[in-house]
Amino acid sequence: MSAPTLIQVLFYLFGSILVISAVGVISARNPVYSALGLVMCFVTSAAIWLLVEAEFLAVVLVLVYVGAVMVLFLFVVMMLDINVAELRQGFTRFAWLGWLTALAVIVEIVGVVWARGGLGVDASRGGTPSAADFSNTLALGRLLYTKYTYPLELAAVLLLVAIVAAITLTMRHRAGLKQQDVNAQVAVRSTDRLRVIKMDAEKLP
Amino acid sequence: MISLGQLLTLSGIIFSLAIAGIFLNRKNVILLLMCVELLLLAANFNFIAFSRYLGDLDGQVFVFFVLTVAAAESAIGLAILVVLFRERRTINVEDLNTLKG
Amino acid sequence: MNPNVLLAVAFLPLVAAILAGLFGRYIGRTGAHLVTIAAVAASCLLSLGVLKAIYWDGAPAYDGPVYTWLVSDGMTMQVGFLIDRLTALMMVVVTFVSLCVHIYTIGYMHDDPGYTRFFSYISLFTFSMLMLVMSNNFMQLFFGWEAVGVVSYLLIGFWYTRPSAIFANLKAFLVNRVGDFGFVLGIAGVAYFTHSMSYREAFTAAPQMAHALIPLSASWSVGALTLICVCLFIGAMGKSAQVPLHVWLPDSMEGPTPISALIHAATMVTAGIFMVARMSPLFEYSDAALSFVLVIGATTAFFMGLLGVVNNDIKRVIAYSTLSQLGYMTVALGVSAYGAAIFHLMTHAFFKALLFLAAGSVIIGMHHEQDMRKMGGLAKYMPITAITCWIGALALIGTPFFSGFYSKDAIIEAVGESHRWGATYAYWCVLCGVFVTALYTFRMLFLTFHGPERFRTVGAHAEPHPAGAEQSATHQEPDPHQGGGQAPHESPAVVTVPLIALAIPSVFIGILTVGPVLFGSYFGSSIFVLPGNNVIAKVGEEFTSATVSGLSGFVSPPFWFAAAGVFTAWLLFLRRPDWADVLAQRFRWARSLLTHKYYFDWFNEHVVAALTRGLGTGLWKGGDQFLIDGALVNGSASAVGWFGTVARRVQSGYLYSYAFWMMIGLALLLGWFLAHA
Repeated sequence: MSAPTLIQVLFYLFGSILVISAVGVISARNPVYSALGLVMCFVTSAAIWLLVEAEFLAVVLVLVYVGAVMVLFLFVVMMLDINVAELRQGFTRFAWLGWLTALAVIVEIVGVVWARGGLGVDASRGGTPSAADFSNTLALGRLLYTKYTYPLELAAVLLLVAIVAAITLTMRHRAGLKQQDVNAQVAVRSTDRLRVIKMDAEKLP
Repeated sequence: MISLGQLLTLSGIIFSLAIAGIFLNRKNVILLLMCVELLLLAANFNFIAFSRYLGDLDGQVFVFFVLTVAAAESAIGLAILVVLFRERRTINVEDLNTLKG
Repeated sequence: MNPNVLLAVAFLPLVAAILAGLFGRYIGRTGAHLVTIAAVAASCLLSLGVLKAIYWDGAPAYDGPVYTWLVSDGMTMQVGFLIDRLTALMMVVVTFVSLCVHIYTIGYMHDDPGYTRFFSYISLFTFSMLMLVMSNNFMQLFFGWEAVGVVSYLLIGFWYTRPSAIFANLKAFLVNRVGDFGFVLGIAGVAYFTHSMSYREAFTAAPQMAHALIPLSASWSVGALTLICVCLFIGAMGKSAQVPLHVWLPDSMEGPTPISALIHAATMVTAGIFMVARMSPLFEYSDAALSFVLVIGATTAFFMGLLGVVNNDIKRVIAYSTLSQLGYMTVALGVSAYGAAIFHLMTHAFFKALLFLAAGSVIIGMHHEQDMRKMGGLAKYMPITAITCWIGALALIGTPFFSGFYSKDAIIEAVGESHRWGATYAYWCVLCGVFVTALYTFRMLFLTFHGPERFRTVGAHAEPHPAGAEQSATHQEPDPHQGGGQAPHESPAVVTVPLIALAIPSVFIGILTVGPVLFGSYFGSSIFVLPGNNVIAKVGEEFTSATVSGLSGFVSPPFWFAAAGVFTAWLLFLRRPDWADVLAQRFRWARSLLTHKYYFDWFNEHVVAALTRGLGTGLWKGGDQFLIDGALVNGSASAVGWFGTVARRVQSGYLYSYAFWMMIGLALLLGWFLAHA
């Protein structure tokens, strides 16, 4: 067995940190710790994706997922006044079934990958590395804006819908606010504000 | 050289950990949403792995869209959670059972 | 013969019935009875004309369709007439007796509120009976059969507010229905073999049917013609009240006396006899069926007569007498003496109707009293009634030279000559029956018209009656005379004239017609007798003239039996009534058997009816309520409800269980894909 290459070592390193963080997510008591663990998951996944030359997506993962979504999570966790001491602990009586299901899924996936010849796929082979000046971003951009333009636009609309939905859900009207009603402002006529009168000139005494 | 099998195994582990997390979590809904994010992460791993292995960039495009959808979904999920908390003052999942038939 | 004349004979009474029934309010009581009497009188005259044409003028028999109702699967159902000598005779009898009864009703039902309805019904009956006798196919025969049954039901229950009347009419209809079931089976048998409803085809196919077999089970077959004839005769048993389907006739006395005379003496009950005579081409080929007919008839003749000896209601005694005489006619049919049966039918129609109408006259005179123990010595108050009643009685017991003698004697001799299985039993039944007939007839005469005047001492009718409005609802018979406590008196002319009109044929019709009808060629081809069975011809070998046989009748055995009966009746009921009581005490068991009418009614009510009711209740509670309503209808609804309560537990509203199930489903799905990949 030849000495493991650097890539292999890095992969195992990041992989183990990923698994440990995932375990931390699900077993932490404090939801803030869970969120932080999730951040760690994403960062290490980004690292692994860099290793397999999916650079654009790795960066997008960090920017969008960690930078936006996880921040949102943390906001919500902080905002909700959760009394940590209240949170009940303990496994329920169906915990064994949960572990069993998880185990079953692992076995199935591993079985697919290794045992059966991986559905006609040779799982022991890696991918071919690309040339040094191959730009993943460029290639991805080319694909997105030609072949997948329509789904791209749809994704944009989807995000718009999400924004509108989120705002609509959480909006509350507070009474007594002095708000501007733009429609009313625009609909004002001069005669509502101004009255021109005629009067004689006044002499100074 | 990272083989396909290694990547797939890793994503499988993440996936099942996330499932276990959904089961074991009796505490709060936020943890549920976080486990969903983990599930999506695992799925993304698969896409990247196969895209690399087959040399086809379509897999990565799909990851792009999955990211979009996941972001939208978590935003709305959290919005619902916020509204729910305003009403119920609890995020304990066991208390949220008014959809009972 | 003109078919329009025949149509008129049948349909004039129908038109009159409709007018009197539906428009009675507008044409009034007088209009109702005028229109019906006019129609029936016209029918009678036309029938006489038909008889004259057929017999004296020698016109051929008329057999033709009038109207085709429908054609189904090659079988035509039509309205058609077969007018031969047998039919012509029946037509005259039916219309003449009906006319007498119509006239009688004017006086009898004078105070009844249902006057126009009654006339409508009896006219309708005349129409139905004429359709029955004039028919040339089984479908019309069945129509007439059922129609007379329906009108009989309506008339027995004429005073429908009385529970006993309703019980009686339902009983009559249901017992008839049992007979009709057999009748329909017989008709179906004929249709099965000949694929046609008309008489002509049935008669021509009779010899073949005699050889055919009908399998009743895997190993047992019966002769087809025997089975068919027995089934047809079961219908006759219902209609003509033979044992065991006789139970309705005594109860039918709940109806007004005119209909007892018309329907239950002269016409409807004779429909069965007529039908068998008409079907003689079929019956002749089946000795077994004829033996069956013979035995049933003989049993009815003797045992029903015995019941008349112990009964105290004047109408019921005459009803049992009718049963017994119908038995005589059936016996005659059974020995293939069809002509004798029809001859007796004709003479019996006259004197039995006379007896009933006379009884009605007595009842009117006694102010609604029917119990003979409260009568007596009425002869000097109601002379015309008494004399006509005596004439009828003498005819009934077979006094020589009266009409009943010729017909009864012919039957007894014919049975004596026959070698059919059951003929010996029948001979003794009819001979002893003569004794019994004389006994109960003269018992009735002596109790009613002679002896001490018990109505003065027993005082049953002495109470004053309420005002006329409730009379027909509460009293047994209508009472045209107000006030009570007075001696009985003779009835008005509208009552006595029909009595006289019927008394004349009761005396003379026998002596005038016995020659040609019975021993001559009157019936000709309308009645078919196989040469080997022709007992009447054998009897006729000794016949020279009516007067000679009348004289010789005085020395024949039936006369001695009859005389013995008259003497016994005189002794027990006039001279020494105490001996009658002693005998009644001595033979208490026999008397009790007779007063319970051989327990036929008890059997029908407690066994047959109770079983049927039990079956109905069982099916209702078990089948309908428990199975269909409970298990199927309500059961399926509650099953759906139960399923809903179970299924709704899936909706726990609990987020985690949903997630839980999703995961498990996912794992299972993955596993399935792996297994089948």
